[in-house]
Amino acid sequence: MHPLVEAKPGQKLLLLGNEAIVRGALEAGLKIGAAYPGTPSSEIGNNLFQIQHELPGLYFEFSTNEKVATEVAAAAAASGLRSLTCMKHVGLNVAADALMTLAYIGVQGGMVIVVADDPSCHSSQNEQDSRYYARLSGLPLLEPATPEEAYQMTRFAFELSEKLELPVLLRTTTRVSHARGVVKVGEMPSYDKPVKGKFEKDIRRWVPIPAVARERHKVLLEKMKEAETLAESASWNFVYGNGTLGIITSSVAANYVYDAFQELNIDEKIRVLTLGFTHPWPTKLIAEFLSQVEKVLVVEELEPYLEEAARVVAQREGFKVDILGKYSGHLPRYFEFDPGQVKEAIARAFSLDLPQPETPDVSWVPDLPPRPPTLCPGCPHRETYNVIKDVLKDLGQLENTIFPTDIGCYTLGILPPIQMADYLICMGSSVGSPCGFSVATDQRIVSFIGDSTFFHAGLSPLASAVFNKHNFTLVVLDNETTAMTGHQPVPSQELRPKVLEDRPRIDIAEVVKALGVKNVVTINPYQKEKAKEAVRPILEKNELSVIIAKAPCVLYRARLAKKK
Amino acid sequence: MKKLRILTVGVGGQGILLFSKILGEACLKADIPVAMSEVHGMAQRGGVVETNIVMGGIKSPLIAKGEADVLVGLEPVETLRALPRTRKGTVIVSSTDPVVPQIVKDGFAKYPELPPLFEKLKELFNKVYLFPGEQLAREAGTSRALNVVTLGALTGTGILPFSKEDMVEAIKSTVKPQFLEANLKAFELGFNAVTA
Repeated sequence: MHPLVEAKPGQKLLLLGNEAIVRGALEAGLKIGAAYPGTPSSEIGNNLFQIQHELPGLYFEFSTNEKVATEVAAAAAASGLRSLTCMKHVGLNVAADALMTLAYIGVQGGMVIVVADDPSCHSSQNEQDSRYYARLSGLPLLEPATPEEAYQMTRFAFELSEKLELPVLLRTTTRVSHARGVVKVGEMPSYDKPVKGKFEKDIRRWVPIPAVARERHKVLLEKMKEAETLAESASWNFVYGNGTLGIITSSVAANYVYDAFQELNIDEKIRVLTLGFTHPWPTKLIAEFLSQVEKVLVVEELEPYLEEAARVVAQREGFKVDILGKYSGHLPRYFEFDPGQVKEAIARAFSLDLPQPETPDVSWVPDLPPRPPTLCPGCPHRETYNVIKDVLKDLGQLENTIFPTDIGCYTLGILPPIQMADYLICMGSSVGSPCGFSVATDQRIVSFIGDSTFFHAGLSPLASAVFNKHNFTLVVLDNETTAMTGHQPVPSQELRPKVLEDRPRIDIAEVVKALGVKNVVTINPYQKEKAKEAVRPILEKNELSVIIAKAPCVLYRARLAKKK
Repeated sequence: MKKLRILTVGVGGQGILLFSKILGEACLKADIPVAMSEVHGMAQRGGVVETNIVMGGIKSPLIAKGEADVLVGLEPVETLRALPRTRKGTVIVSSTDPVVPQIVKDGFAKYPELPPLFEKLKELFNKVYLFPGEQLAREAGTSRALNVVTLGALTGTGILPFSKEDMVEAIKSTVKPQFLEANLKAFELGFNAVTA
């Protein structure tokens, strides 16, 4: 049995933040989950995917992208069932269209949207602060600081969602999702049989034509008022310490503040407002806190989200309190924090003595060889890159070619000796951006996309490319899995786990042809000479073409073989 | 309760996540408050991997510059790379068997000569425990048990706030049954390497 299911009430488990969210959701009676994988959120989906095969009362799917997953979960919640979707921060951009109007029509069953931010870009292309989506959409926002809190807050989020009839955003960061901590688990409801909800029709609620949307916007604003009242008294928002100096903090930074507070012995000098329910801003609580201090330091990673809340409240109340943080330069707006940095900021803001650790002299350590992440030994992507490179070289076109790339392991094609990644924005941009390059330049364009990314965001730009007669070559690197995030399924895969054997297979070549692409060829990148022969006529022509390089991820194949 | 910050570094593929998980499970068994953080995803692809483990009621799951009480290295160059996170008095526990990066094999960078650096390390820190981790793992029957050899060595230093038995129990409950025998042997070899 899956360890997250097996655990008995009262048992203590050492859980990743993401695993804690899964257990919390199961205890809350989650019925339907859907997600597209993305680090640092991936283990939520991975665990739910495994668990559903043990629990008849749970449904989970890997949808083709975050917007689809959000719509699946939203429909389930509209039918009265508790649902969840999870994604990385940039995934929420994909789901944003659904999110903004979902806030108007709301839910019946509780719905939780987990969004995992990635300060310092450990595995991401930007470090956006997704908390602004809560303000943009008007949805309640919870920010856990530890796996334990992630577990508790997930359970609470379902209650809150049902009370307000709104989806609730649960926002983690890498250091919450991929932190491990001790979680004492509670009781699970029965998952013995599938449960169906019922969708109650109500066109004045669920169909936001303008007349309905206008009314629903007012409803949302009313609900935000109610949510603010709940945030004021939520146990996630609390104060400790005394004194006329203040700190406001949230998420993982709250841990750094807590440890600094213990270490610096400042409980008579400083009081700390820790916030976990951060949208709507609990303005009364913040006002009360600001009225007790002369100076306040806001300690939060990424954007000055709470700092701005403090400024808004101070202005509204006419407080003269000094608000320090990002704008004052005490803390940066970029990268994740570490405990030392937070300690220093606190000491600097409040003129405290900071005991410095005696660090050893390490000037004798020579220059150490770096270890940039690389494509795995035997990875088929490397072979494909070499095939394309050789043919372009033969054609004298290598220098003249732009290589747009996409999100996945193959983005590592940026590194020497391959160096075939020139332009990237987001999922699917390897298909959309060539449309622009092909009209803006006379350069040749060969772009790269993975199989999973192709289904995520490659289909509609390819239709656009066909219709608008753009000239480029798209290489689909089909390794039969979503490799980067831990081998989640793809609709085109032939090599699949037993549990997916009954699912239909969508052939990428057939899809591409059906979209109207005339030049389509499939190669096996390991058969180098044969592959070059097949690719050459495609690259000689200057027409829209698709090359499908098909060979399974070596790690995926090995893992699957081990299971079977 | 005594606070302890253990920084563990190595290379993707060395089993550092399992190393940390077992260490965390041992804390759980011994009822010692523990928090930790790890890096998944792109950073793991052959790159530098680190985990931060804090015990005794520390909440921050990250170890800053000058904060590590123990530095555990599954690879010697990674041990050296992490030295700025140590302070005077940090206990160093490191395997001496190198994993040469591809970039060195391709001739774009140099892998340093290790013995003089180990000497320097011993001069600078009072407690330095070095052992040939991969060699011991192979002796135990699988080179994949480097992580458990290292757990043995760390346990052998006596700095952990729980017993050797707690650690063995944690290994038993975490490692798959078919690999258990080799791993228990690996643990003993690591333990003996620093206590003998």
